[in-house]
Amino acid sequence: MGKKWIVRRAFVKSLPVMAAYVILGMGFGILMDDRGYAPGWSILCSVLIYAGAMQYVTADLLATAASPLSAALMTLMVNARHLFYGISMVGKYREMGKAKPYLIFGLTDETYSLLCDGRDWPGDARDARLYCFLVTLFDQCYWVLGTALGAVLGTVLAFNSTGIDFSMTALFVTVFVEQWLTAKERRAALVGVGSAAACLLIFGPERFLIPAMALIVLLLSATYPKGGKGRA
Amino acid sequence: MRDLQTAILIGVVALVTLLLRFLPFLVFNGKREAPRYILFLGDKLPYAIMGMLIIYCLRNVTFTAAANWLPAALGVLIVAALHIWRRNTLLSILGGTVVYMVLVQAVFV
Repeated sequence: MGKKWIVRRAFVKSLPVMAAYVILGMGFGILMDDRGYAPGWSILCSVLIYAGAMQYVTADLLATAASPLSAALMTLMVNARHLFYGISMVGKYREMGKAKPYLIFGLTDETYSLLCDGRDWPGDARDARLYCFLVTLFDQCYWVLGTALGAVLGTVLAFNSTGIDFSMTALFVTVFVEQWLTAKERRAALVGVGSAAACLLIFGPERFLIPAMALIVLLLSATYPKGGKGRA
Repeated sequence: MRDLQTAILIGVVALVTLLLRFLPFLVFNGKREAPRYILFLGDKLPYAIMGMLIIYCLRNVTFTAAANWLPAALGVLIVAALHIWRRNTLLSILGGTVVYMVLVQAVFV
């Protein structure tokens, strides 16, 4: 298959993330501008950290002059879910060659949601490599572009953007529904929602994520076929 | 001084994020075969995590007044309905977000 075709396919695949990332990236840029940080700092965050929710937290850490240790702990908590993404991609990214380090670095929530289904990739291994690299790269470009726009134009924009962060929720709901309609994994989906909701009620919004992840692993492990032929 | 502090904090956050992303690949690299159990988890987790992330996005919703939960509930319902209807990701996200913004800005103020 031609390169041009793969570029187009990767671009079309990344379009939903474009909307979310340009807008959420702008939100981050505006927030950093609000806190008195020059556009260069916001853009540096989006290039080096490249983790949406955590960057919003980082804006707070910077403004309150948090210690490096508490910043590290906070990052560990907020981004621990990336361990999960990595685990589920170890096999799929095995043949990614030189593109692999960047693919791992750029494995955000949204990029993961676009690439986690290997059945969706081009059949040829080299095509798949280029496809995954481009989807990852396009996503980060949207994020950096949005950040730059927000940081530079933040003060000029006059529209009321209250509630625009719902686009992040909407993206996850869309992926969830799509998985629900296409896949056979409805039990795992319910385990995720149920565990998270239960832990949210018990531990509260600030600290439910780690227990929820533990509970999810525990419940999924309970369905692991013992000694048999678990599909991998 | 403030610039140095800023650079250090950004560096720390970037480094820990990088570490979390690379760790699974460093532990289960080509030489060591990932255990079947890990592959099993990797197969199931995407579905569970997407559900968890939705709850994560809605974590600050409270039920003390309709204005605190109704916009989010309607937003999620509209996104789901739009997606079941048209299976168009952009349309689902845009439609739900616009409705949510109208609700929080104009209806439930």
